[in-house]
Amino acid sequence: MTDIQDQTPAAGAQNQPQAAANAGKPAAPAAAAVKPAAKAQPEAPAQPAENQIEPRFVEPSALHAEMKRLRDEEKMDFLECLTGLDWQEEGLGVVYNLESTATGRRAYLKTATTDRENPLLPSVSDLWDIANIYEREVYDFYGIKFTGHPDMRRIYLREDWVGYPFRKDDDPLKENPLRMTNEPLADVTETLTLNADGTVTRGENRIFGDGDYVVNIGPQHPSTHGVLHFRVSLDGERIRKIDPVLGYIHRGIEKMNESLTYPQTLALTDRLDYLGAMQNRHALCMCIEKAMGLEVSDRVQVIRTIMDELQRIDSHILYFSCLCQDLGATTAFLYGFRDREKILDIFEETCGGRLILNYNTIGGVMADIHPNFQKRVKEFIPYMRKNLQEYHDIFTGNVIFQNRSKGVGVLTKEQCISFGCTGGTGRAAGWHNDVRKRMPYAAYDKVKFNEITRTEGDSFARYMVRMDEILESLNIIEQLIDNIPEGPFQAKTKPIIKVPAGTYYSAVEGSRGEFGVFLESKGDKSPYRLHYRATGLPLVAAMDTACRNSLIADLITIGGTLDYVVPDIDR
Amino acid sequence: MKKPKIKSIPYDEFKDNETFEKLVAELNAKGTNVIVRKLDELIDWGRSNSLWPLTFATSCCGIEFMAVCAARYDIARFGFEVTRNSPRQADVILVSGTITTKMAPVLKRLYDQMADPKYVVAIGGCSISGGPFRKSYHVVQGVDQIIPVDVYVPGCPPRPESFLYGMMQLQRKVKVENFFGTTNRKQKDPYRKSMEEKNEELYNEEEQA
Ligand code: SF4
Repeated sequence: MTDIQDQTPAAGAQNQPQAAANAGKPAAPAAAAVKPAAKAQPEAPAQPAENQIEPRFVEPSALHAEMKRLRDEEKMDFLECLTGLDWQEEGLGVVYNLESTATGRRAYLKTATTDRENPLLPSVSDLWDIANIYEREVYDFYGIKFTGHPDMRRIYLREDWVGYPFRKDDDPLKENPLRMTNEPLADVTETLTLNADGTVTRGENRIFGDGDYVVNIGPQHPSTHGVLHFRVSLDGERIRKIDPVLGYIHRGIEKMNESLTYPQTLALTDRLDYLGAMQNRHALCMCIEKAMGLEVSDRVQVIRTIMDELQRIDSHILYFSCLCQDLGATTAFLYGFRDREKILDIFEETCGGRLILNYNTIGGVMADIHPNFQKRVKEFIPYMRKNLQEYHDIFTGNVIFQNRSKGVGVLTKEQCISFGCTGGTGRAAGWHNDVRKRMPYAAYDKVKFNEITRTEGDSFARYMVRMDEILESLNIIEQLIDNIPEGPFQAKTKPIIKVPAGTYYSAVEGSRGEFGVFLESKGDKSPYRLHYRATGLPLVAAMDTACRNSLIADLITIGGTLDYVVPDIDR
Repeated sequence: MKKPKIKSIPYDEFKDNETFEKLVAELNAKGTNVIVRKLDELIDWGRSNSLWPLTFATSCCGIEFMAVCAARYDIARFGFEVTRNSPRQADVILVSGTITTKMAPVLKRLYDQMADPKYVVAIGGCSISGGPFRKSYHVVQGVDQIIPVDVYVPGCPPRPESFLYGMMQLQRKVKVENFFGTTNRKQKDPYRKSMEEKNEELYNEEEQA
């Protein structure tokens, strides 16, 4: 067990200038990171941290062509993450994480504009479907307008919000008192087109026309699983279009992180996707640990893996319960909660909490496992296997459920990839996207398990994937529970944790997809930018595609099977 | 008027009995009518044991609320299990979860839509004060800024037991109320217009046209 290796503000920074150089751009944001390097101890090992990324700078004018090339020629068909950033003097910009689903190769790009008054960047929403919603998020937070984007509207904040809260020089509270008037919702949005001569033309884009019959579902609706708002245009009972309105639970977590120290930022991850509390926190801890070069003991890795899997089972049981409840099967709801309590008991003994667990820490876990832990978990495994059969008996075979889910709400594999719908949703369409297999972490490379996939891509497949994953998770736990290695449960860390300057990305397989942490550090005790790749945002973005031409009643089933958690979408 | 009695917990084990005693003393100050009070007690007994909550949850605390509704904690023992999806049928709104500034007008509207007598329980740090998100630019620092709160249940999230305790406190509150003349008093609808006013408006509009 090592302490913090005395590595390295220099570690990453030294590599960055190359990235900047090959773009031939004097104002390249990376250049700023060089400064701390000058003072670093010369003997520090100069290899970058394991999860460090060095985005290549591309001029805004060349960006679209380059992205198109990457997608078409290098088959980078998965836009994993798109992060807005405010580099102050170097301008406002965006970092893109791309991956090829065929080869697994990854690429990181960035672009920036120094114009703060009227920042314009080219949109890539025509290349990846998900970019549409990601770019709206960046517009909302940083005010960057994307030329060629069909729908430049705010997404989280109210349309009458003043300013862009994530800019370093913005004071969001100054001009935004609590508004108690009903929020405006526009039917017409703006699109900007960049002409060849550099001028910009404004266009209009209608979301809903005058003849459309629009129904509001949410924000207060029992089956949207939280405060989500869909504006649905109907043709009789058929859905023509869905326009999701988000932000009713936007808590500004990412912005808050910028003023918190690293250990403090951990507290908020549990509250993002509270059904993936363990995994979210695991992701952030892992990102920070790898960035610092802090090694955690095998014991911790195994404990974390078991906890993640228990959390996954917990989440999938809740998924089952809520889906049943939405479809009117109240008894099944009670069955699910009965079993979920068993997991919560296990959590409670070790972590002290039931839902918000606050268990992982930087370098380990909060407390060692409870003496009862192994016994309880071992009792739980056969118990759950038996009860899972009960779930199938009571619900899966039900004719009403089958009719409402088979062939309904189909998302094809291509659509899933383009929308970045990871997790069970993507796997139900045959996309092998499990982070545990793609980029193994913790103890996942030591266990054998199958990645459950199906090919239909409909609601029923999404449901079955989750049910089968419960079994897989039980298998993983079974392999590990008797082999928890000895060792410390917490590595020694310095009292003040600082992450060396650089950009880092780590991901874990959350309960409902890839949960990623994008961290940009300037070497301080709090992050410069900490962005989470939400697991639910792509799912909501795909709702429109999945629901088109379905019946309005199926919206509930489709939404239920996609399995999003709203606070994780809004962050 | 006597102390509110809850079957499952002895009176002394409740916290905050002073507030109740003060409330009872206040209500008794002018003396009580025996018959009306007896009727009150009967009605309040019924009301306190069938408080219907609105299904309203914005985040984490809502999941704990679901756990309270399920078999182990079984909220039905207290008569709260009839969760309503429409505010018009609900008696009590359990604000479980963070309320953001975008959500605030919606919450206010939900509250306005509920029929009197209505109650509000603020569940969890977030709805009491903003909780862990107090410093955020988009979070309301306590729902009592928007709507009046009857019971606060602290915790992040509160344990199911505290949920139940909070709900029992609400029951106690309901039990000491004077139903006749106070709680069921007809409020003036601020939006309602008399016939003359309406006519006047129409007249004005026509004149302008
Ligand atoms: S009080 Fe805690 S558990 Fe409840 S909504 Fe707020 S953050 Fe979540």
